[in-house]
Amino acid sequence: MKHIDDYRDGALARTLAERIAITIQPDRSYAFMEFCGGHTHAISRYGLEDLLPPAIRLIHGPGCPVCVLPVGRLAAAIDLAKTQSVTLCVYGDLMRVPTTRGYSLLSAKADGADIRMIYSPLDAVRMAEQNPTREVVFFAIGFETTAPATAQAILLAERKKLSNFSIICNHVLTPPAMDAIMASPGATPTTMLDGFIGPAHVATVTGLEPFEKITRRYAKPVVIAGFEPLDVLQAILMLIRQIHEGRAEIENQYLRAVSSSGNRLAQAAVAQVFNLRDSFEWRGLGVVADSALRLNERYAHFDAEQRYPIPIPHIKDHPACACSEILRGVKKPTDCRLFGTACTPETPVGSCMVSSEGACAAHWAYGRFRDKNYRPCAE
Amino acid sequence: MMQFSRKLDIARGKIELSHGSGGRASAQLVNEIFYPAFANNLLSAGNDQAIFPSPAGRLAMSTDSFVVSPLFFPGGDIGALAVNGVINDLAMGGAQPLYLSASFIIEEGFSFAELRQIAENMGATARSAGVMIVTGDTKVVERGKADGVFITTAGVGVIQDGVNLSGDRARPGDSVILSGSLGDHGVAVMMARQNLGFDTHVESDCAALHELVAAMLATAGPSIRLMRDPTRGGLAATLNEIAQQSQVGFRLREADIPIKPDVTAVCELLGLDPLNVANEGKLIAIVDADVAPALLAQMRAHPLGRDAALIGTVVDDAHRFVEMETKFGGRRVVDWLSGEQLPRIC
Repeated sequence: MKHIDDYRDGALARTLAERIAITIQPDRSYAFMEFCGGHTHAISRYGLEDLLPPAIRLIHGPGCPVCVLPVGRLAAAIDLAKTQSVTLCVYGDLMRVPTTRGYSLLSAKADGADIRMIYSPLDAVRMAEQNPTREVVFFAIGFETTAPATAQAILLAERKKLSNFSIICNHVLTPPAMDAIMASPGATPTTMLDGFIGPAHVATVTGLEPFEKITRRYAKPVVIAGFEPLDVLQAILMLIRQIHEGRAEIENQYLRAVSSSGNRLAQAAVAQVFNLRDSFEWRGLGVVADSALRLNERYAHFDAEQRYPIPIPHIKDHPACACSEILRGVKKPTDCRLFGTACTPETPVGSCMVSSEGACAAHWAYGRFRDKNYRPCAE
Repeated sequence: MMQFSRKLDIARGKIELSHGSGGRASAQLVNEIFYPAFANNLLSAGNDQAIFPSPAGRLAMSTDSFVVSPLFFPGGDIGALAVNGVINDLAMGGAQPLYLSASFIIEEGFSFAELRQIAENMGATARSAGVMIVTGDTKVVERGKADGVFITTAGVGVIQDGVNLSGDRARPGDSVILSGSLGDHGVAVMMARQNLGFDTHVESDCAALHELVAAMLATAGPSIRLMRDPTRGGLAATLNEIAQQSQVGFRLREADIPIKPDVTAVCELLGLDPLNVANEGKLIAIVDADVAPALLAQMRAHPLGRDAALIGTVVDDAHRFVEMETKFGGRRVVDWLSGEQLPRIC
């Protein structure tokens, strides 16, 4: 586990935390948004907030694909599996996500729908190949990180001339969401946020260029950071230094995985099969222009949205749910009156509680002891 | 034993519905597969019940069902799991396990060879643990109505006077001892599924813990408050259960919790928390802090407790939180698992 333990070294973490503590200016606070659910999870799981000075506030962004998926799209997929008798292949973390009246993929499976949990879209292609009489539909979801794998599945299905494979494409893009957060009306994240801890795995694919635009447009620094706790601490220190030096640049903390140009092969595969959608609904953020992918005309025959008549209902979130404010950093999970009462990981009401990478679920699972008067452990 | 004109064709034969009919075919299945595998007179007397003398002391009874997929995995199989599982449930109450029952729901088309393998593993596991499988039942269901074979075992054991282990006895200040590394069973079963595409060398920790328990009770009997085996839901679920039962909280130290590097690696790749992953040969003991060091030393002298570790303490906590100081120096809640982590691991 060498390459994991190295980035979880407690002694190094304390040194970095001390460096952060002596670097910050005493008369101000710092608000950083970590975009990715992976960062949110690491921050909560390793208790990073205990190491940081109180002047640093971490805001948990919308970078959890399961969280931002509109419930209506999932409901439509469930409906497809039930009414058209297709085999629906999904990633495991979608299985429990509730739609209307709590009905989930697990509920549909219990009702007899053929729903399979897979680890790779190529497994869905293989399933289609091995069962030529079954229609196999892959529910494609994720940011720029997983889109190349879906593209590979499409290209493989094309090479194998499969006519019984299709996808419901829900792939979304990171920079437009960052744009939407910074430009959102009402609350003013533009003035509130001091910088972004930028996405790790997304940047391995995209490279740095898409985030450079964000730094220019909003004059806020972005530091691409790995998902290990030391990565996050180092990125925070890099952000603070940029602010003190009056810089707003894209910097790469995750040098061991991210190159400035990204993964060109992956980018090419994505460009080959996908087009930009004009707009797409994000749960919690609303409709965001140019923020999602769909199969282009050349590969449209693999598009389940064209193959089947599947109307996508618009399902509104609970009126008391504060997810849209939480995703933009305007509120904390504990500011929501549903948090921990009506809304828990067993009974998620809003998007941030749905996946373990969501801001509310991470705080509930790992950090909720901070919400009471904590007494340290007597040894 | 009954004799049949033609023996079962173990190499090629398969279970048919007639093997569950209660007729001659059922009798032959029991005579040629289960009697030889379990090999004891209480069973092969062939009565509807096993009759045995009741030992002195209080009796403990427990039951458990096993539906693991795949049936065979590195470090064990459904048969060994079914025997050790019920032995461990008895042992966690401080009982010396004595007699087991075993019921089989078998899917039509299941091979005799695999069934005999499972039965032989059960017999061997029981003999090495010093218990007898003294009664049982077989039913056959149509193809597609089960997944190979499901096994239910029940067991009876005896508890010596003075032993009093119960989930509500943890007190603030007590020590939490774990008998060895976490997550081996869950990860081994997961790796035995075919679709993951990477190799590891993790074996299930499937083992009978009653001898380790007996040694612990002999050393520190009255100072041991309770024991639990962290099976489904892992350490996290077990400690949360105890926190509720005893109305206390826990403070764990991540750095002290033994987890094998391969298990950590698989959990990292699949996004699992080893604290939620199932174990089948580990126990947690909550003990008076004064006896913890001596007990730990003694556990480490036993093969099943070689990697035993003191992993935390019981604290007073109105919220019943299981909290952990991370290796990193931060703190976090160790929560129940939400939903299902893995399909069918035991």
